[in-house]
Amino acid sequence: MTTAKIEKLDRLIEAHAEARDARSGSLWRQSVRRMRRSPMAISGAVIVGLFVLVAILGPWIAPYDPTAQTWGREVFLNRSIFPGPRPENWLGLDHLGRDMFSRMIIGARQTLLVGVVATLIGFVAGALVGGGAAALGTFGGRWGERVEAAVMRAVDVALAIPMLLLALSIAALMGPSLTTVMVSVGVAQIPIFARMMRGSMLAQAHSDYVLAAISIGVPKSRIVVAHIFPNSLGPVIVQATLVLATAIIEAAALSYLGLGNPDPGTPEWGTMLADAQRFLSGAPQLAIYPAVAIIVTALGFTLLGEAMRESLDPRLRRQE
Amino acid sequence: MLRYTVKRLLQLSVALLGLSLLLFAWFKALPGGPENQMLPENATLDDRAALRESLGLNEPVWVQYLEFLQRVVRLDLGSSLSSGRPVATELADRLPATIELSLAAMVIAVGIGIPLGYLAARKRGTWLDFAAVSGSLIGICIPVFFLAAMLKVVFAQELALLPSTFRLSSGLQYTDVTGLRVLDGLITGEFNVAGDAFLHLILPAVALSSIPLAVVVRITRASVLDVIGEDYVRTADSKGLKPAVIRGRHVMRNAMLPIVTVIGLLLGSLFAGAVLTESVFSFGGVGSFVYQATQERDYPALMGFILVIAVSYVVLNLIVDLSYGLLDPRVRVRK
Repeated sequence: MTTAKIEKLDRLIEAHAEARDARSGSLWRQSVRRMRRSPMAISGAVIVGLFVLVAILGPWIAPYDPTAQTWGREVFLNRSIFPGPRPENWLGLDHLGRDMFSRMIIGARQTLLVGVVATLIGFVAGALVGGGAAALGTFGGRWGERVEAAVMRAVDVALAIPMLLLALSIAALMGPSLTTVMVSVGVAQIPIFARMMRGSMLAQAHSDYVLAAISIGVPKSRIVVAHIFPNSLGPVIVQATLVLATAIIEAAALSYLGLGNPDPGTPEWGTMLADAQRFLSGAPQLAIYPAVAIIVTALGFTLLGEAMRESLDPRLRRQE
Repeated sequence: MLRYTVKRLLQLSVALLGLSLLLFAWFKALPGGPENQMLPENATLDDRAALRESLGLNEPVWVQYLEFLQRVVRLDLGSSLSSGRPVATELADRLPATIELSLAAMVIAVGIGIPLGYLAARKRGTWLDFAAVSGSLIGICIPVFFLAAMLKVVFAQELALLPSTFRLSSGLQYTDVTGLRVLDGLITGEFNVAGDAFLHLILPAVALSSIPLAVVVRITRASVLDVIGEDYVRTADSKGLKPAVIRGRHVMRNAMLPIVTVIGLLLGSLFAGAVLTESVFSFGGVGSFVYQATQERDYPALMGFILVIAVSYVVLNLIVDLSYGLLDPRVRVRK
C-alpha cells in the first residue's frame, strides 16, 4: 500500500471516529480520540506494545539459550576482548561467551516483570492506604478525620525521603535478590500512589452523583466501594504508567548498587547494565545494549503516560 | 508571614518526629536486630549481651525509642563498621563534597533549564520546543549511573579532556575553608586549585544534573504556558505594557511558584543521585561513602546517611515553602 493510500485510510478512520464520538462524547472517549491523533501517544504505545510482545514471545524469538556459555572458550582465549556483532551473534557475545541478542530478548520479560510487580505493589498498597484514608475522612465522622490526618501525615513523611533512598534502605534490609528489587521499588512508590488516590477520591466525593447517592439512602460503604473508588482510579492508573518507567530505571540503579538479582541465570536488563560497568572501557557495547533498551522502554511508558495524562487533563486541553 | 512561618515550623517538627519513628523502625527491623549488624563476625555471646545492654535493647520499646532519639539528637550515630570511625565524623568530612557537587548540578539545571523551558513555551510548536520536550523526556529515562559512566569513558578516558576521578589532581596543595574546593580556591586566592577543582567537577555535575535539568525544563515550560494564557497577561498586553515588563513581572513571577517547589523537591533526589554519580567518579563525598556502605552492609553508616538526607530534605522544603510565602502574597494569608 502506498503512503498516500494509508493516509487516506487514516483520515477515513479518523472521520469515522469523530462522527461516532460526536454522538457520545464522554470524557474517556474524547481523550481516546485525542490520543489517537497525538504522535506522543502513538509512539509510546508502539514502543510499549513491541516491548510487551518481545517479553511474551521472547523464548520463541531468541536464537540461543541465553544462559549457555556456548562461546565461552573463544572469549576466554581472547582475554576479555569480546566479539562484537557478527552473523551468528547479532549483538556479539558477553563476558562469559553468551549470545547477547538472546540475552536481550529474554531479558525483556524479566524487566517487564520487575517493573509491573513493583508498580502493582505500589499501586495496590497506595490505593488502599490513600483510598481508605479518604473514605474514613469523608464518611468516618470525627474519629475518621483524625485517622485520615494521621495516615496522610505519615505519607507526607515518607514522601520526604527521596525515592531511590527509600528503595535503597528497604533493599539493604532484605539483602540482594530479585524479590528485593521488586518489593523495595514498589514500597518506595506507595506514598505517591496514596497521595494521588486520596486526592482523586476527595475530588469525586464532592461531586453531584455522590450527593444524589447519599440522598436516596445508598449505604456509605457502598458509595465508597461502588461509586467513588472506581471513578477515581483513572488518574491513578495514568500515574502507574509513569511509575512503571521509573520502576525500571530504579531497579537498574539498585542492581548497580549491588542490591539486585545475584543470580546470573536469568538475564534482566538492569542487572546486565550493572554487570557491564566492569568492562566499560574495553567493551562499552555490553552496557550500551541494555542501557538503550531501558531508556527506550522507559521512554515508551513515559510518552504513553504523559499523553494519557494530557488528554485527560482539562486544564492542559484548554491551551490547544 | 510570622504566623505562617510558625505554622510551618510546627509542621516541620511533626515531620521530623515521624521521620525518627520511621528510622527507628528501620533500625529495629535490621536482619537479626541491630546488634547483629554492629558486631564483628567473631563476636562471642558475651560481646553480644554487652552490646545489647549498651544499646539498651533490653529496655521496653518506648524507652529504646527515647534513647534512640537522644543519641540521634546528640549526633551519636554509632561507628562505621568498615572504617571504625564515628559515622557522624565520616559524614561531616564528606558532606562538603556532596554539597558542592549538588550545588553545581543544580546551577546547571536551573541555569539552563529555566531559560530553555521559557523559550520552549514562548516558541511553542517550533523545532526548539520539540527538541526541548523530547530532550527532557529522554533525560528522565537515562539511568544516571550509565550516563556518568559513559561521560567518563568518552570525555575522560577516550578524549582525555577532563579528569575522570577525585576532586583535585594529586599533589596539589590547598587550604580548607568551607570544604567546597572551588569556593575555597577563590577565597584563598589559590586560583589554580579553584580551576582544577572546577575541571574535576564538570563531568559529575553534568551527569547528576540530567534529571533535574529535564524536570526543570518541563515544569518551566508547563508553568509559563499556564500563565501566558491567563487573563491578567492579556490585560497587561492590551493596556500597552512593554513586553519585557509583562514577561518579568506578570509571567515569570507567577510562573516561578511551581518551579521553586520542584527545585526544592529535586534537591532530595540530587543527594540520592549523588550516590550513583560519586561512585562512578570516586568523588569522595557522602555518595561514595554510601555506595561503599551498601556494598559492605554497613548499617550504621547507612542509617546516618538516611537521617542526614531526610532531615536536610525536610528542612530544604521548609525553606522552599517559606520562599513561596515571599513570592506569593496569597500564601501568607491563606490558612
